[in-house]
Amino acid sequence: MSNFIQQLIYGLADGSILALAALGFVLIYKATGVINFAQGEFLLVGAYMFYTAFVVFNLPLLLAVVFGVVVATVIGVLVERLILRPMVGENPISIIMVTIGLSMLLNALVQAFYGTSPKSQPALLPRSSIEVLGATVPLNRIFAVVIAAIVLTAFTIFFRKSRHGIAMRAVADDQQAAMTMGISVRRIFAMAWALAAISALIAGVLLGDISAVDQNVAAFGLLVFPVVILGGLDSVPGTIVGGLTVGLLTQFTAGYLDGGLATVIPYIALVLILLVRPYGIFGEIRIERV
Amino acid sequence: MAATSTGIHHRSYTSELRLRATKAEYFRLGLMTALLLVLPFVLDNFWLSQINLIMIAVIGAVGLNILVGYTGQISLGQGGFMAVGAYSSAILSDRIGLPTPLAIIFAVLLTAAVGVFFGLPGLRLKGLYLAIATLASQMIIEFIIRRWSWLTEGAGYINVDRFEFLGFQVGNREVFEQQWYWILTILAVLTVITARNIFRTGLGRSFMAVRDQDIAAEAIGVNLTRAKLTAFAVSSGFVGLAGSLTAHYSEVVSWEKFTLDVSILYLAMIIVGGLGSIAGAVYGAIFMTLLPEVIRRVANALESSMPFLADQLPAVQNAAFGVIIIAFLIFEPRGLDRIWQRMKDYFKYWPFRY
Repeated sequence: MSNFIQQLIYGLADGSILALAALGFVLIYKATGVINFAQGEFLLVGAYMFYTAFVVFNLPLLLAVVFGVVVATVIGVLVERLILRPMVGENPISIIMVTIGLSMLLNALVQAFYGTSPKSQPALLPRSSIEVLGATVPLNRIFAVVIAAIVLTAFTIFFRKSRHGIAMRAVADDQQAAMTMGISVRRIFAMAWALAAISALIAGVLLGDISAVDQNVAAFGLLVFPVVILGGLDSVPGTIVGGLTVGLLTQFTAGYLDGGLATVIPYIALVLILLVRPYGIFGEIRIERV
Repeated sequence: MAATSTGIHHRSYTSELRLRATKAEYFRLGLMTALLLVLPFVLDNFWLSQINLIMIAVIGAVGLNILVGYTGQISLGQGGFMAVGAYSSAILSDRIGLPTPLAIIFAVLLTAAVGVFFGLPGLRLKGLYLAIATLASQMIIEFIIRRWSWLTEGAGYINVDRFEFLGFQVGNREVFEQQWYWILTILAVLTVITARNIFRTGLGRSFMAVRDQDIAAEAIGVNLTRAKLTAFAVSSGFVGLAGSLTAHYSEVVSWEKFTLDVSILYLAMIIVGGLGSIAGAVYGAIFMTLLPEVIRRVANALESSMPFLADQLPAVQNAAFGVIIIAFLIFEPRGLDRIWQRMKDYFKYWPFRY
């Protein structure tokens, strides 16, 4: 039982970080129709930017967060402007490849400047553990879940209530109609990339805090694909359900079956879902007519 | 259509279907052949080994281009399929004792079958969904070969015996690269010729119809299921051949050679070379295989003035990879093949501009 509770908390922590990473992915896909293979690298860059501000420049926590957010926004907007805008109207293969190229570039830049050895930073979240139903659970995992929940709620409220959020939903729904209503589609595209980079930054920092800041952060980012396929490529609630499911699935497989199997089980689940329900649990079903 | 084919008056369908029509084209073919025949006698072993790697890459890239460039089915599973070819061929020849060529043939057939299996999701999925499905197939195959200890007898790798056929055995260091050069060149040339000819047949044209507009293709009577699965089979067959040649040429098989990075490398080859062009796959294979070596030499040459380049060589190589992929997609989405076409056109029309 205690083992179960521990697995559960670990799974939920991983899952909520995954949900954050996947949120950025879904935002980009929904608003611009681009499938972003560089989402994992956004996590990586976010984690290292925060590390730079917090440890290398020795800024206070709040300023470090602001620094990270500014850099993430700049990167997101630049990527949209310089790399994705010229690709508008190209076939999916080219768009997928351009984001793969971007992921290689970002990964290589991080590697060139910071090397491959893991970086440790002072703990942001408390490292001590508490007893829950007889299980020892590290507090930082619980905090990770809470922070992710707050951020995801904030994003949801932003989409529902704020002017920009409603404009984003309008663009995702119908670009032409949104344009005629005076919404700047370009600005929305830039905003989608910036928000995606920010949510990836938060995910990257959380992940860096509970494990370490190293290249594995990007590998973790690859798991967004099972998440979004499970939840639906264009669904924000889907990322939460998908993220938690994949997090729990991985954690329980590692805990009860086999650690190696845990790395591949999300992909097996992915193939099964694709065969049964290709558009995910909450995804929009596209019907093709000619 | 590139302008190179204008100015030729066809009087029959057969003449239009010919691969080569002008004297210039025959001249270039002759030049190519002469070059291929002379290469092994003028290059040293190091450059020959690079050429050999290029030949294997040509086979793999042509295979991938059949699927991605001609049929429009994106695949991130190249590394996995190459692994299937490499492992099955190594096991068949070393452990079961089949003659090497026979083992290679069986490996090709097996890879084609595995390709069809993982192509099944492609019947319902398109574009990005298929990309993710093939990403999953890469992960799953990689996992299987890492964990299934029977494959490697627990060692993590398989040592492959030296290539042998009917009493002929590839020799030692001095002649090794040269003998492999002939084997690989012949196979690469055969692959290119086969692939070129597939697209003159109804089957190849049905592939292209699926790529251009699948629903319309179905409406005019193309059997979508069959076309897609055949494309997966043909493509994975070539990819399996590349994989098994990798195994026999390098004489050791381990899973590190067939990761997701390999899938991406091959996709980069066909993007840089030109999607939907056999010649493009060849140019891309040459370009991408030589790139790391060229960067290494440049970095070493600049070591005194820019020590950063040489210190961070792997990162610099990866960054260059990324930049090249992005740059080609933005500035020349149709790749080196299109650049070459434009150059030919320029000289053809000179001194006129068009």
